[in-house]
Amino acid sequence: MRIRRMSALVAVIALVIGACSSTPGTTTKPKPSVPASLGAGEGELKLVAWTNYVVGGTGGETVEGAPDWVTPFEDATGCKVTVKVGGGSSEMVELMKTGEYDGVSASGDATLRLIAGGDVAAVNTDLIPNYKNVFAGLKNQSYNTVDGVSYGVPHGRGANLLMFRTDVVPETTDSWNVVFEGGDKYKGKVTAYDYEIYIADAAVYLMATKPDLKITNPYALDATQFKAAVDLLKAQRANITTYWSAAQAEIDAFTSGDMVVGTTWQYQANVLEAAKVPIKAVKPKEGTTGWSDTWMISSKAKHPNCMYKWMDYIISPVANATVTVWFGEAPVSNEACAEAEKQSPGHCDIFHATDETYFKDVWYWNTPSKECLDGRGPICTEFSEWTKAWTEIKG
Amino acid sequence: MIRGSLPRRLAASLYRHPRAQLSALLAVPLGWLVVAYLGSLALLLVSAFWRLDSFSGNVITEPTLQNFATLAESDVYRNIAIRTVVIAALVTLTDIILAFPIAYYMARVASPRVRGLLVVSILLPLWSGYLVKVYAWRLILNESGVLNWALDPLGLRGPGYGDPAVWLVMSYLWLPYMILPIYAGLERIPSSLLEASGDLGARSPRTFRKVVLPLVLPAVVAGSIFTFSLTLGDYITPTLVSGTQFIGNVVYSNISVNRPLAAAYALVPIVIMIVYLLVARRLGAFEEL
Repeated sequence: MRIRRMSALVAVIALVIGACSSTPGTTTKPKPSVPASLGAGEGELKLVAWTNYVVGGTGGETVEGAPDWVTPFEDATGCKVTVKVGGGSSEMVELMKTGEYDGVSASGDATLRLIAGGDVAAVNTDLIPNYKNVFAGLKNQSYNTVDGVSYGVPHGRGANLLMFRTDVVPETTDSWNVVFEGGDKYKGKVTAYDYEIYIADAAVYLMATKPDLKITNPYALDATQFKAAVDLLKAQRANITTYWSAAQAEIDAFTSGDMVVGTTWQYQANVLEAAKVPIKAVKPKEGTTGWSDTWMISSKAKHPNCMYKWMDYIISPVANATVTVWFGEAPVSNEACAEAEKQSPGHCDIFHATDETYFKDVWYWNTPSKECLDGRGPICTEFSEWTKAWTEIKG
Repeated sequence: MIRGSLPRRLAASLYRHPRAQLSALLAVPLGWLVVAYLGSLALLLVSAFWRLDSFSGNVITEPTLQNFATLAESDVYRNIAIRTVVIAALVTLTDIILAFPIAYYMARVASPRVRGLLVVSILLPLWSGYLVKVYAWRLILNESGVLNWALDPLGLRGPGYGDPAVWLVMSYLWLPYMILPIYAGLERIPSSLLEASGDLGARSPRTFRKVVLPLVLPAVVAGSIFTFSLTLGDYITPTLVSGTQFIGNVVYSNISVNRPLAAAYALVPIVIMIVYLLVARRLGAFEEL
């Protein structure tokens, strides 16, 4: 199975190379074509998604205690949903390269790679009625739009938070310092997110504490800035016993006390608080990284009509409220906020859905490239360098 | 005369040409092996000589040794390879030490009833899922886990998560793969040899050293092929019970971002296993499989 998938992957990559070699990157590209109208649903929909994004229905994730927001979609459209939960952005890119899936909930460190690789198609937002209600701050961003062409619809956004056990770490902690220079106090019990994109968290911290480095965007690091971030993480390594990649692993470790301080999503904090584990999650004063996820349609989608219907459904008020309340992230529209208020009073305030100033110092995951994202020219470290560095940091 | 039907004629001609019969029989499985297995493996390994286009994750198919240079220049890849091999060797050694007495007891001492019970209890863990077993060990080893709870009255602490935990968990996971070949090897030694050794005046330790050990060595080596190669290839246990990386973790994290580098690094365990198997063959392990 694995091998067959591998050879399919090889074939797909060969096709992509063939497709790319005819269009050199520098010339002006023609606008990608998008469908002008939609037909009936194809009866099936295959998605790649983050955990807890597609729950219920025929083939959605099964999560204890979670509401079911896939069944209403299936009933309304006749599209039977199956989901493959991706373990991380790179795995999602790999899955999308197989061409077996219709769509993906991609974070910003995957979106541009998917677009550049030709794995996802441009989207005609006119065919998605709910799109017009989406907050302006989420549309036309560098991670979901290229050359003015939209490549998907926003799903929801949130900040990566600093979480700590209040029985070990002082309640007033509000700085990432506690996982970097100050981490020696919690040697062996510090944790971090086990992907190369975590290098950006170190860059955010340096941006606030080492102004000499002149970092303006944590995803646009030249050689000196990159080295500073990597060195910081190499020093941090001594205090880390295990990194976390699966949310559940972090929940277990904070419950047992194997981890006492580190980065988290709101989701883990919600689960731990519900289980009465003494933890607190804050957005530190230096700012933080975050995510603004985008539903994208595969360029090889076998069920494009169902995918368009899904993109419309997931940003519809009730569905978007349900998924963002459950996961613990900000909904994408005022209408969804009004619904979320019914399910969980205060939700949109807690997650700062309409508060653009809160998200000012939240750096959404993005894909580092040689051409600096802050416009300094081709002097930045590219994503594959980040992957290599991450291997070296972990040792 | 009625000529035979087509199937009959085919059968007759196959009967007259045993070679054709053999090739027809083997064509499908061999074809599958060559095309699906070796073919895709070769495709992956060929990409070790390609390079990555920045950003899009697409591969440029021009031959280059760049990936091997990257691997050679950086200490980290060497350290990871050494760590993987050392832990694989330690796991193998531990399993030999643990498996030998159990296998010996099963083959030589136990009554048929007890032997049956032992075989079942050794095979039983193999029937439960791999992840279930690793997660069980996470519960044993964690801060407020069973091990620390049991050691607490003695004033001791468990190893926690880390390299020792990887070694412990792997030793547990692959133990059955060591016990079974050794058990089979020991069972095959005729008791007349042991009696003859005793009749000639050798005491038990000497009999063990001079008779049992040489005869069972190929079985031990055969078992070690399993424990060593399974440890060498694992990458899930290290992420679950430690923060360190194995060769497999590096391959996994690079495969979608930088496939050429991942392919180049994947050659390392392949080369190690080829050397290991060549040595094992010299020690006669393949007659025991």
